Amino acid sequence: MTKLIKVSIDGLEVEVPDGTTILDAAKKAKKYIPTLCYHPDLKPTANCGLCVVEFENMDATKRACSTPAWEGMKVITNSNKLRKLRKSLLELILSNHDVACPTCDQNNKCELQDLANLFNVDDSIFPKILKKRPLDLDSFSIVRDSNKCISCGRCLIVCQEIQTVYALTEGGRGFDKVITTSFDKGMYDSPCVNCGQCTVYCPVGALREKNHKDFVWEALLDKSKYVVVQEAPAIRATLGEEFGMNPEEVTVGKMYAALHKLGFDRVFDTNFSADLTIMEEGTELITRIATGGTLPLITSCCPGWVSFMETYFPKRAENTSTCKSPQQMFGTLVKTYFAEKEKIDPANIVSVSIMPCTAKKFELARPEMKDSGYQDVDYVLTTREFIKMIKEAGIDFATLDEQKADNLMGAYTGAGTIFGATGGVMEAAIRTAYFVLVGKELDDLDIKAVRGMTGIKEATLTIPTKDFGEIKLNVVVAHGLSNARQVMEWVESGEKDYHFIEIMACPGGCVGGGGQPYGSSIADRARRGISLYKEDKDLPKRCSHQNPDVNKCYEDFLGKPNSEKAHKLLHTNYFERSKLNGEIIREITHKH
Amino acid sequence: MYEKIFEKYSPKKDNLIYILHDIQDQHPQHYISEDAVSEVSEYLRIPFSHIYGVLTFYTMYSTKPRGKNVIRLCESPPCFLKGSENVLRKLKKTLDVKINQTTKDGLFTLELCACLGVCGNAPVMMINDDVYGNLNDEKIDKIINKIRGEK
Ligand code: SF4
Ligand code: SF4
Ligand code: SF4
Ligand code: FES
Ligand code: FES
Repeated sequence: MTKLIKVSIDGLEVEVPDGTTILDAAKKAKKYIPTLCYHPDLKPTANCGLCVVEFENMDATKRACSTPAWEGMKVITNSNKLRKLRKSLLELILSNHDVACPTCDQNNKCELQDLANLFNVDDSIFPKILKKRPLDLDSFSIVRDSNKCISCGRCLIVCQEIQTVYALTEGGRGFDKVITTSFDKGMYDSPCVNCGQCTVYCPVGALREKNHKDFVWEALLDKSKYVVVQEAPAIRATLGEEFGMNPEEVTVGKMYAALHKLGFDRVFDTNFSADLTIMEEGTELITRIATGGTLPLITSCCPGWVSFMETYFPKRAENTSTCKSPQQMFGTLVKTYFAEKEKIDPANIVSVSIMPCTAKKFELARPEMKDSGYQDVDYVLTTREFIKMIKEAGIDFATLDEQKADNLMGAYTGAGTIFGATGGVMEAAIRTAYFVLVGKELDDLDIKAVRGMTGIKEATLTIPTKDFGEIKLNVVVAHGLSNARQVMEWVESGEKDYHFIEIMACPGGCVGGGGQPYGSSIADRARRGISLYKEDKDLPKRCSHQNPDVNKCYEDFLGKPNSEKAHKLLHTNYFERSKLNGEIIREITHKH
Repeated sequence: MYEKIFEKYSPKKDNLIYILHDIQDQHPQHYISEDAVSEVSEYLRIPFSHIYGVLTFYTMYSTKPRGKNVIRLCESPPCFLKGSENVLRKLKKTLDVKINQTTKDGLFTLELCACLGVCGNAPVMMINDDVYGNLNDEKIDKIINKIRGEK
């Protein structure tokens, strides 16, 4: 048991466990201390100084976010001296900041803007010392505007410690300090895996996604184009919170209605291809087990993970499922299966996907993603861009009447919807693999051991198969790339023996994706995951092999799972990438 | 290419700054190239970008090729009070470069640095490993011409 200490916050006595920071102790006393660089999910960088506090019994100031409280401490959270200090800190920051709020992506969400406004800061007090630097525009997924960067250091913690990618670093020092990439070459020439976590945690508008929204509008308003849209599972778990609705409910019907209203010609659902992915990946798993193929099998639905694997663990390409991500499977089918059925020239189809993810913007541009004969997916909108579009069109989301997805590629099961949360792909795959191996459905479809926010979740499942007796399946689920790195190190050293591994680059899985609303915390991610599991529980069909549209697609078009045609259209291969700049070094696995 | 240097130091992270130092010294253009960073990153198993951060934190390292003679003029207050600004103006004019640039003939690079610890002789500059103090226009001409003559 940690010992409790007594502290006083503005005269209010509270008891907190030893080691608690002054900031957390103040929270316990319901006292607000302004912060800027601090974020509750991240270890404090203590860069901004805004959280300074004074003491009744000591002549000193300390940073509340990073200083542990001590027995007998008497904190003053606000005083004329502190206010003045905080105000000039903000003024100093603004003197080195490109103040361009109306055009900034973080307008109304920006933590700096908020504070500057609360403190009535005058940004003309200090002369502008900002040395303008060019925007970093070359990445497929992320735009970096160093003129807005306030050097809070959050993105460094995220990229280096939570994701262990080390794309971002600090260059120079003092007034010349900038957050940059090695040799200042930009994100495109770095090992960035496009996960976008840095954009979610940036308190200002210095990191954002590459905009595809204008292209999508252009396509929607172009009469000669046939615009088809798919939406990832995580989207329906996020829209509610952004439009002032109950954040614990998914908003499927309203989401479809909004898309129809925006003018999409066909509104389908990525959950359809999530189910399809399970048919392909589940079959691959069973074949590998039955024929003594390479194990463990690792999921491949996350393009952030795929890039990370290609960069840091290229030898694991042979373990990584050959399945494309649900987004890309969907894209290929839109321009083949759907185009054929509807007799539409695929050249006129614009295929849009709405994703919680920035890595999908990179994925769509991978040169091999053209199996339909065209670029399989044309544009990816992040959740943030989609929300902006709804607002731009003046749609009152909360009051929309619910609608359905369109036929052919719109049906989905509970297994498809839980893809959006960490552990979901694993659970969905087990449901179907069990059915195929045993010949009947699992008694209890809830596989709780792989749910939840623990970074690495292991489980051993006993499966009484028809053909080769009882087998024990060791599975593990990791989310956040530092956890993925740990699991890969165990696999490579032989310390752990797994059959099947699920990896998602983003903490919490796609509900915590890099394209989700700015500031999404661990708590937000956990809540969105729970809403997806709730939706799953309420759906009439909860296993991918029960999806009628998927079964029809096999009957009418693909043949059976892992057929030659399925391989040609729905599977892919991997490359080794440079740790220095992400460049392709060589092809490691080949497409059959 | 850097085996000789790596032999001197065990692959411990603490050795990073020494290794970088040796690499820079060994290079005729006094700088640390991307290739070098990449090899050090492999040897010490430290991320590339981390080494880049260290490189740019310390003014003694350069990531760009530098002249054969690196001039580092002290810009700390004691030298400033004794006229380091005039010295800077003179150097810029004589060499026809700006700060952090290299002369066209590749002979000189002009840089600024913090106190060199010989403030008694302010204003002070270093050229490679040699210290020159009590600088004035005349003295600067002499020093520069001498080096130009040696080439
Ligand atoms: S997108 Fe991910 S990998 Fe790229 S810089 Fe940001 S945090 Fe690092
Ligand atoms: S880019 Fe954003 S998160 Fe990173 S240091 Fe700058 S302000 Fe902070
Ligand atoms: S976890 Fe999901 S949102 Fe994050 S990079 Fe992977 S696919 Fe994209
Ligand atoms: S919030 Fe504590 S130093 Fe920035
Ligand atoms: S101030 Fe210039 S040498 Fe000390």
